[in-house]
Amino acid sequence: MAKYVIVGASAAGIGAVEAIRDVDPVGSITIISDEPCPQYSRPMISDFVSGKADFTKMKCRDDEFWKQTNAEAILGKKATALNLAEKAVSLESGEKVPYEKLLLATGGKPFVPKMDGQDKDGVFTFTTIKDAVQIAEKIDAISAKSAVVVGAGLIGISVTEALVKRGLKVTVVELQDKILSLLLDAKASEIVEDVVKKAGVDIVTGQSVQKIVGKDGNEGAVGGVILTKGGQVPCDLVIVAIGVIPRTELVAGTQIKTNRGIVVDSNMQTNVPDVYASGDVAEAYDFILSQNRLLPLWPLAMIEGQVAGYNMAGYKTTYAGGTNMSSLKYFGIPVVSIGLANPKEDATLEVLTKHDAERKVYKKLVLRSNVIVGMTLVNSIERAGVLFYLMKNKVNVKKFKQKLLEDDFGLACLPLSLQRKMCVVQ
Amino acid sequence: MKRIIAKQEACMGCGLCEVYCTVAHSKSKDIIKAYNSERPKPISRVTVERNKPVSFAIQCRHCQDAPCVTACLSGAMTKDEKTGQVTHNKEKCIGCWTCIMVCPYGAIKMDKEGKVVAKCDLCQGLEEPACVANCPNQALVFKEVKP
Ligand SMILES: Cc1cc2nc3c(=O)[nH]c(=O)nc-3n(C[C@H](O)[C@H](O)[C@H](O)COP(=O)(O)OP(=O)(O)OC[C@H]3O[C@@H](n4cnc5c(N)ncnc54)[C@H](O)[C@@H]3O)c2cc1C
Repeated sequence: MAKYVIVGASAAGIGAVEAIRDVDPVGSITIISDEPCPQYSRPMISDFVSGKADFTKMKCRDDEFWKQTNAEAILGKKATALNLAEKAVSLESGEKVPYEKLLLATGGKPFVPKMDGQDKDGVFTFTTIKDAVQIAEKIDAISAKSAVVVGAGLIGISVTEALVKRGLKVTVVELQDKILSLLLDAKASEIVEDVVKKAGVDIVTGQSVQKIVGKDGNEGAVGGVILTKGGQVPCDLVIVAIGVIPRTELVAGTQIKTNRGIVVDSNMQTNVPDVYASGDVAEAYDFILSQNRLLPLWPLAMIEGQVAGYNMAGYKTTYAGGTNMSSLKYFGIPVVSIGLANPKEDATLEVLTKHDAERKVYKKLVLRSNVIVGMTLVNSIERAGVLFYLMKNKVNVKKFKQKLLEDDFGLACLPLSLQRKMCVVQ
Repeated sequence: MKRIIAKQEACMGCGLCEVYCTVAHSKSKDIIKAYNSERPKPISRVTVERNKPVSFAIQCRHCQDAPCVTACLSGAMTKDEKTGQVTHNKEKCIGCWTCIMVCPYGAIKMDKEGKVVAKCDLCQGLEEPACVANCPNQALVFKEVKP
């Protein structure tokens, strides 16, 4: 019997293996993934499509990783059922893998709303290397010239950039009134939108796609889309990038509690003892909102996996929490957005902003009782980490508030006591 | 491991550490070429933090539990368990800036031309990091400290 069984071998699974091995060098680990080579960087699938990275470069851990960590990796096989009473995971091949401690790190799957014509040849989602390979092959096979990307979130913008680099004319269709609406306020979104448009991308907001139509003379292949307000956009490809939803099918019908994702405590344990969940599939703690929720982000999946791994191996650790935190590189305009970056009107919040239109620099901090609870930085992000430290440690910034958005803000602006605590001076 | 420690009271904020760091990380190792003609432009991995009258130099702390290593999307940032050093592999870096978002010290720099990040590597191969060796006031010391 394997002591530790992990389903899913991406960020959360890798984090767990590393943490377990940090404290338990010998306990047997079995890790299962339905992807044949799962240890790649999912955010890099856009670099694969653009041709910037091949699959070797995309591996965030090399092929020796499973051997080096002495983990038995069952790859290319799907886990199909959990038997909690028996403490075993069933695989599609019929095998049963018994466990003492189980981690569900099954991540997310693309959310695809019902659209007429969505089964036409040339419609893709964008979350796996397989998607990326298929898109790249399709572009070559049909000499694709244009694409419609449905959804202007992080994933939508990343695939848009990749397609532009491949020379396609891209139209992004977004239901909200602006791009990157979960991350950015109106001003920041407008600055980024401007840059994206200058790269030749058409952006349609406040609408979605109601129907995907076929090509003249080849009804089975994508020829264009009809928007909800009736407009038509001809295209060779449609990429649906609306978002990801937790891949919870394994726990359906079991006692394991789910909300939108799997519910976990601060040790990343589910309501069923010895069963843990981490990453995109789990609802983990948001230290800004003070509640558990879905936060499908790579660094958080990695940390949550580590916390689960330590606890599974008997080394008690609690998860300090994450928050909505993204850094974007797309279209050459760096952006960082963390926490309550775009809050609704709220008298208890104080908002500081600075905008330099010429340099395309925009900075915004959201404070509550002199503690940073949100930030957006556009085109000036080098001090993001210092601000994030203040946010995470709930440092009262009253005494140096006016410095925070200055170009020369840095560690020297912090109180000596804090500099000492951070060990930057003696 | 040996780390670079800043002595705030000795720092004059002259910025020579940045100059020598830039040169040490240039291809030519020549100050004129490094600053005038080399492409991609070499950049300093040490920053003099100034808030008059305070100044001190800061570079990667090679943290024990390095947030940049955990956050790195591509596997470019790793912790060398033997030396304790946090190392950055430029070839694997995709310039996603995630490490910059989580570094409490603001010690990771953007190499905008190269579209990657750059940070202190303790000047591998030199006896002493260039910033330490060339500080005119000995405001930077390289010594063994507990992690
Ligand atoms: C295009 C794109 C860009 C992104 N960009 C960023 C970014 O810039 N920054 C950021 O922070 N995040 C980004 N993300 C999100 C990030 O990739 C995810 O948060 C992260 O991959 C989550 O890791 P995970 O381990 O929880 O799950 P996943 O990476 O989804 O991995 C889960 C694994 O489990 C396998 N699996 C699931 N169910 C089973 C089963 N029943 N049996 C066997 N195997 C199973 C899956 O096949 C998969 O390999 C991006 C995502 C995409 C798609």
